[in-house]
Amino acid sequence: MTAITLVEAVNQALSYEMAHDKNVIILGEDIAVNGGVFRSTVGLLEKFGPERVLDTPLAESMIAGMSIGMAAQGLKPVAEFQFCGFIYSAFDQIISHASRLRNRTRGRLTCPLVFRAPYGGGIHAPEHHSESTEALFAHIPGIRVVIPSSPAKAYGLLLAAIRNPDPVLFLEPKRIYRLVKQEVPDDGIALPLDKCFIVKEGTDVTLISWGAMMKETVEAAESLENDGISAEIIDLATISPIDMETILTSVEKTGRCVIIHEAPRTCGVGAEIAAQLAEYALDALVAPIQRVSGYDTVMPYAQLEKYYMPSVARILNAVTTVMEYP
Amino acid sequence: MKKLKTVASFIVPYLQYLDEHNQPTQDFPDWCSNEVLLDLYQRMTLLRVFDNQMVNLHRTGRIGTFPSSLGQEAVFIPMGLSMKKEDVLCPFYRDHGAMIQRGYSLRDILAYWSGDERGNASKAANQDFPTCVPIATQCLHATGVAYAIKYRHEKRVVVTAIGDGGTSKGDFYEAMNLAGAWHLPMVFVIDNNQWAISVPRSKQTACETLAQKAIAAGLDCIQVDGNDVIAMMDVMQYAINQARDGGKATVIEAVTYRLADHTTVDDASRYSNPDDKKNAWKKEPIARLGYYLEAQGVWDKDKESELQHTSKEFVEKEIETYFTVEKQKPETMFDYLFETLPNAMIDQRDELV
Repeated sequence: MTAITLVEAVNQALSYEMAHDKNVIILGEDIAVNGGVFRSTVGLLEKFGPERVLDTPLAESMIAGMSIGMAAQGLKPVAEFQFCGFIYSAFDQIISHASRLRNRTRGRLTCPLVFRAPYGGGIHAPEHHSESTEALFAHIPGIRVVIPSSPAKAYGLLLAAIRNPDPVLFLEPKRIYRLVKQEVPDDGIALPLDKCFIVKEGTDVTLISWGAMMKETVEAAESLENDGISAEIIDLATISPIDMETILTSVEKTGRCVIIHEAPRTCGVGAEIAAQLAEYALDALVAPIQRVSGYDTVMPYAQLEKYYMPSVARILNAVTTVMEYP
Repeated sequence: MKKLKTVASFIVPYLQYLDEHNQPTQDFPDWCSNEVLLDLYQRMTLLRVFDNQMVNLHRTGRIGTFPSSLGQEAVFIPMGLSMKKEDVLCPFYRDHGAMIQRGYSLRDILAYWSGDERGNASKAANQDFPTCVPIATQCLHATGVAYAIKYRHEKRVVVTAIGDGGTSKGDFYEAMNLAGAWHLPMVFVIDNNQWAISVPRSKQTACETLAQKAIAAGLDCIQVDGNDVIAMMDVMQYAINQARDGGKATVIEAVTYRLADHTTVDDASRYSNPDDKKNAWKKEPIARLGYYLEAQGVWDKDKESELQHTSKEFVEKEIETYFTVEKQKPETMFDYLFETLPNAMIDQRDELV
């Protein structure tokens, strides 16, 4: 078996599910003939034909609204937004319709679709290409938000997202699209949604992150290990709904928690995790919860983005702070 | 610029059979018998009685905000009536007249505008979308439904409707553009009632017609006297058949007038000239057809009062029945959010219960 990248794992999952379910249709800008600007859909037009792999006109609200119509007819559209920064004109369709169709028809019509979008910074992309906006979507009742952090998770979580009977926003951390390769068997086995992953067990501090920031988080944990600090790492993976059970169990064990995300701090997903820890695990905490995040600024254009993105050093500083409490 | 040549030219056709003086302007279409016209007359009358009762129910605090379709009955009845059961309607918020023809009961419409989601749940509505409040968004749902139909090689058609104000929105243009580019089996109906709440049609766009907006998308277009139910039936049937047979999607602009306030919480006297409404009443669709039918000798005052009586009785009964229906349980706000409620939300549901 050849090792594949995260973006290739996305392709492998799409291909698997399209081969097994004729209702799966993929659509988006430049996804068919060109195979997607990141090549995540390359080869699918040749395999599945132009009725199932659709190059759409350039209109994001249309991509979302059309997908909702398809889904209500029992198709399973997987629509790509070329960059998460272009998804805002589809926001009305996502928040007003995709997330509400089942509820407002009391189950008469449903909306089994996936909206995929590459997101996040660190690749020196043009302006409006690098934001991390998962919290905007996590606040919407009725949709799930999922972010993979490795090729295997991209494969398993995307399969789960497509098979889920409700709308899922699947945000792909494009900084790590080609960072590592992993052997990912094309066995069609989905990972659970609504469940986070313990990536490394530890006893002194819980590090919680997701997406591309898992890279810096793991590096920080390795460095801490050398200093005799045992960090437990949780990959949140499902941003909404959050699997607090796993997080609470971990923090009850370690007593310390650092949350790392690329998105701005205020009202970020880290804030929700911290709030729930304060509600349900205050007794277990021996130190204040720390957040290492992007700043509450506009995502800087390419030259300054490295100062914005949380670094290993910033994570280590936060851990030093929580370790000062006995 | 010196010499220019024409690379493309377009026309916007107009259709009318029965004018505002109740006179035929041309021979009626073949389908148009007195029997059919009497049926249309009765359906329009029932809708008007229902609209009036709904406005009264709001005034007495028994239902929420409601958008009456007063004056536009000839737009909505043909829209719903021309479709086959297996077709799909993606309605806008003033579309209950069409929805009732499609299978929704008056109780469903009552439920919806009383704040009860079960009004959207009627199985009789088949695959029709529910009432759509965010303006123009429904046009895009219609494109997706139409693509699903095309993908499965079915001979079904999608009809979507919108007001004149809605034609200023991007979703409307994006939907027409896709319907053209992908050759989708669709019909768009514009209920041009001259008002987007308080903003008149003249301030909405510099276009001479709203129908012509279709031209830029490569669709067929037609403007129709929306107070002439014969013209509306004829054009709906034509456009639906064309779409069903694999032809182009059509944009139909029905020119009519909103004789009621925008909704029951609006007061049109704040922004409209009462003379305009007075003039519009002279052109309204039900009296127009009624006078014609009287002239044909198939309608009279006795039949009219009988129809008014039976329509009111039917509406009253529907209202009475609706108000005996058991209220939704509060926890239903959780029960239809997802197919299976995520574990993370069970505490919140328990808190409510």
